[in-house]
Amino acid sequence: MYLYSITFYIFSLVAILSALMVISARNPVHSVLFLILSFVNASGLFVLLGAEFLAMILVVVYVGAVAVLFLFVVMMLDINFVKLREGFLQYLPFGALLGVVLIVELGILFLTKSFSENSLSLFVQSPQINEVENTKLIGQVLYTDYFYLFQISGLILLVAMVGSITLTLRDRGQVKRQNISSQNFIDAKNAIEKKKIKLGEGI
Amino acid sequence: MNSFSYLNDLIIPGVIIIAQIMAVLMPVLISVAFLVYAERKVLALIQLRRGPNVVGPFGILQSFADALKLLTKENIVPANSNKIVFLLAPIITMVLSLAGWAVIPFAPNWVIADINVGIMYLFAVSSLGVYGIIMAGWASNSQYPFLGALRSAAQMVSYEVSIGFVIITVLLCVGSLNLSKIVEAQETVWFAIPLLPMFVVFFISALAETNRLPFDLPEDESTLVAGFFTEYSSASFVLFFLGEYASMILMSSMTVILFMGGWLPPFDIFPLNVVPGVIWFVIKVIFILFLFIWVRGTFPRYRYDQLMRLGWKIFLPLSLLWVVLTAGFLIVFDMVPNSL
Repeated sequence: MYLYSITFYIFSLVAILSALMVISARNPVHSVLFLILSFVNASGLFVLLGAEFLAMILVVVYVGAVAVLFLFVVMMLDINFVKLREGFLQYLPFGALLGVVLIVELGILFLTKSFSENSLSLFVQSPQINEVENTKLIGQVLYTDYFYLFQISGLILLVAMVGSITLTLRDRGQVKRQNISSQNFIDAKNAIEKKKIKLGEGI
Repeated sequence: MNSFSYLNDLIIPGVIIIAQIMAVLMPVLISVAFLVYAERKVLALIQLRRGPNVVGPFGILQSFADALKLLTKENIVPANSNKIVFLLAPIITMVLSLAGWAVIPFAPNWVIADINVGIMYLFAVSSLGVYGIIMAGWASNSQYPFLGALRSAAQMVSYEVSIGFVIITVLLCVGSLNLSKIVEAQETVWFAIPLLPMFVVFFISALAETNRLPFDLPEDESTLVAGFFTEYSSASFVLFFLGEYASMILMSSMTVILFMGGWLPPFDIFPLNVVPGVIWFVIKVIFILFLFIWVRGTFPRYRYDQLMRLGWKIFLPLSLLWVVLTAGFLIVFDMVPNSL
């Protein structure tokens, strides 16, 4: 149990500190790297809660795919760091408001009686092997009770995908493309031409 | 709360876990040295050369000599680089390539962490491997490493998609994400036989995922000098090198577990089934590693657009189709695994 508490505090401390660094780091690439660190620690917390499937999905989807592309874009952008700082005070009240709303919501959730009675301490246990896997449990709920919501979220993603493709697809005019099939059908007969050349003359 | 309970709760399990980790990582690191030697020797044989033959008998200690040489050199950090990220990148590559070994079952119950989501963990760790490369390319603050890093990011993301679908096909036939159960499900027939096209797709994607030829565009020496590790020297270069080869062995083990029956003998008959499982496992991993080297000695490097075309236009539709076909086949012939 000591080990459990120690790991919990390490994960949550690093997650919070790196989340702070995301908004305070000067270099945007550092911000993204801290964001990734924060994601990884959040997935560690999921593992401690016994939600191993969610933890792995968080790493695969957010860290392995979304953050890679995000980092890709941030690295490529030519960002003026000074200009980025300018709007800070202007946006501060709005950001603070969002933070306060979030804290109040969490407070309501944790301080109300019904939630605190079956509080987190019931769920807090390290993941057990050979119990019913939570992958299976998620599947049983997701594909039966929430099937329509699942389908709708899939459709929303499809629409987003089609939208982003239509926005970026444009005719660039003169782009040289390789015709793969014609390339593959090249062999000695249609690629090589035999010519008789007289001695000392050349072509 | 006496010292005895600390001993039972913390120290004894801690010592056992550290001993287990050592028992896995030491052989892995030593096998990296011999893999480098084997690669140089096999490539030499393919190209009718002798290969390393001076240090030790048959040149077998060549890798150790090279490692010592590199470690005693000066570690040069470019003046305009982002120093912390620059030094962190090789460490991340190395750590991630070793972290995956925690869930690999070498034989029945020979595994450090027998977790329920073993294959997801491996997939997650191997997809994180790209960060070492991106960070190295960006922190070097130099054109060639940066181009290498960009290529690597795009390449890894495109091949992960088809690897994910291949894993799903296998999981449909197993009904569990636990690596030991995946191996046990192959007792009747290795998945390499019914899922042969997926085996091929997985192997080729593994080549792309570990940046091996013919897909080693991030370090393409004919156009990008040395790609993302152009600026690296001495110990940090060694870490990249070790990390790359350790992840090669990790991907080979993953291939063996998913498709070639892990520790299971090819046939459950007398002389074959008395051989310990771990020996079968090692033999199969060596076979896959030999394929990696063989491919390197045989095929020319892909051009970048060809690589992307192969990933998105061929492997992705093929693996997606195979997921649907496998699911349909299992349902129609009522072969859905019971545990599902």
